[in-house]
Amino acid sequence: MPIKILVTAKRVEDYESKIKVNAQGNGIVLEGLKYKINPFDEIGVEEALRLVAKHGGGEVVVVSVGTKDVHEQLRHALAMGATKAIWVNHAGPLDQMTIAGCLQKVIEKEKPDLAVLGKQAIDDDQNQVGQYLAEWLGWSQATFASKEESMESEAEKSKQPALKLSADAKTLTVVREVDGGLETIECTMPCVVTTDLRLNQPRYASLPGIMKAKSKPIEEHTPATLGVDGTSKITVTKMEHPPARKAGIKVPDIAALVDKLKTEAKVI
Amino acid sequence: MNFALTDDLKALQDTARKFGREAMRPKAAHFDETSQFPREIIQQAWELGLMNMTIPQEFGGIELSHLAQAVIAEELAWGCSGMATSMIANDLALLPIVLSGTKEQKEKFLKPFTEKFLLASFGLTEPGAGSDVAGMRCTARREGDFYILNGQKQWITNGEFADQYSIFCTTDPAKRHKGIMCLIVQGRPKGLTVGKHENKMGQRASNTVTLTFEDVKVPVENRIGQEGEGFIVAMNTLDNSRPLTAMFAVGNARAAMEHAIDYAKQRQQFGKPIADFQGVQFMIADMASEIHAARLLTYESAWKLDAGERNTLVSSYAKRFAADMAMKATTDAVQIFGGYGYSKEYPVEKLMRDAKLIQIYEGTSQVQRLVIARELLKGS
Repeated sequence: MPIKILVTAKRVEDYESKIKVNAQGNGIVLEGLKYKINPFDEIGVEEALRLVAKHGGGEVVVVSVGTKDVHEQLRHALAMGATKAIWVNHAGPLDQMTIAGCLQKVIEKEKPDLAVLGKQAIDDDQNQVGQYLAEWLGWSQATFASKEESMESEAEKSKQPALKLSADAKTLTVVREVDGGLETIECTMPCVVTTDLRLNQPRYASLPGIMKAKSKPIEEHTPATLGVDGTSKITVTKMEHPPARKAGIKVPDIAALVDKLKTEAKVI
Repeated sequence: MNFALTDDLKALQDTARKFGREAMRPKAAHFDETSQFPREIIQQAWELGLMNMTIPQEFGGIELSHLAQAVIAEELAWGCSGMATSMIANDLALLPIVLSGTKEQKEKFLKPFTEKFLLASFGLTEPGAGSDVAGMRCTARREGDFYILNGQKQWITNGEFADQYSIFCTTDPAKRHKGIMCLIVQGRPKGLTVGKHENKMGQRASNTVTLTFEDVKVPVENRIGQEGEGFIVAMNTLDNSRPLTAMFAVGNARAAMEHAIDYAKQRQQFGKPIADFQGVQFMIADMASEIHAARLLTYESAWKLDAGERNTLVSSYAKRFAADMAMKATTDAVQIFGGYGYSKEYPVEKLMRDAKLIQIYEGTSQVQRLVIARELLKGS
């Protein structure tokens, strides 16, 4: 049976760019930066497209919050194959609660069966939106979705979804990446899934896909029209580079190494 | 006037760049070494729509603007200009049909390329007719509803694997350019012999063969345009494809420059990175500024085509400048790498060998200069 899935497309700095802290020390230098869809969100879009393909069609709705610049990321998801896009027009700082609030309202309007989000965005690495969203919706949640098969497996090559929806579409089986390895859980639908890195290898946006995406609809909202408070409750007060890595040293023998690990690094 | 790429162009560039980085470049050294045909990679490019970009939407294609094709061509050549040549060979072979074919011909000879992975070859050059196109000897004699094709075509890209050929031939060699026409040859008709793959200096991933036609029967309905129009069809095709060849030079040179910069920053001599020496800095500065200049020149030549203007002059500027620039940039990149650059263990010598071909194919740098001079000196 056809399913409807909501996915996200946060606009983040390209992971290949060099990030520098600005002169005020409260943000980064934006000049010359390139932007991409958050890679974890891209994995979410891919998984949603695979699920829809496997379950006899349906809809993939992609959402992004930000200025009109986010159209670039929405178009990317549309070019990959998403059906329609929703743009929550907002300028200025955003916190995870505003984003989760906007997504909650969009979900209440769109009524998808499932929401697949990146586990976190690679810019601020908060890892909170999926969890807030599930809580506020009262949905079940599965974070850090991964899979047992490798990226070279037949399942991956044939673009099979890793998330397994039951025949009656009442439950979703998710393999999660946890500290000790993998954990398999069953969630009651509807649910919120957040994606980890090894869930899938996202497809390319094909050239015909890019051309088609131009005519797909982008629906506009604002936090205000959705009834969400758009003011950020978080202020970045200071940002700094991590300390530069010091040069390594050579130890004469294993005993010295163990000693240093105990007394200096204090890891054993 | 605006020099920024639009969001659409950036999206197309993004896919081509990703494909160049992930699918082409990791395999470039292997296919250079073996000179085998990278069929899987080229098929993947077809699946993503990175081939046959000129086919009109009416016939199932995506009909990209010339500027978009140029942007994509740079990224493909950055990945591997040999593979890129094989990919773009399809567009070159299909262009005569796009530009001068009838509706029925487009339906028959273009549409299948959008439905299935197929290869096409453009057959203009002959053993005795390179830059002198009008000196061709490949003849077509009319017999009822057929032409009987006899002669040889040389340096035919994808020729060994092509499903369809656009062959330029003449009704009478004495007529020079007034006798030329273009015939579409499908499959392997009786009398067509494909020669062995040439052992080339560079762009070794692209398949290059000789084709020999001995009394090959071609239906008259496969003629693109009229008898005698072939020269114009060929020239229009080359006007259209020249920006892409120029962009190959840009992509190739950019790859060389990036390697040179990375290497210059980590290679230590006299106690400091060689990037600290002005001799190296000047080479890199020249590469960067000339690559940029070649790119903008080529964008303009593509933009002119999109604007429906004749681009012969600017596209010849672009092809000439870009090809010569790439030869210089890749030679300097080898110089910056020193002895390592001369070794096949490092990527830059391949780029230098690849660049050489760009000065030769689709109009040598000398022919481009001739075209430029003729354009400037003609008339009153």
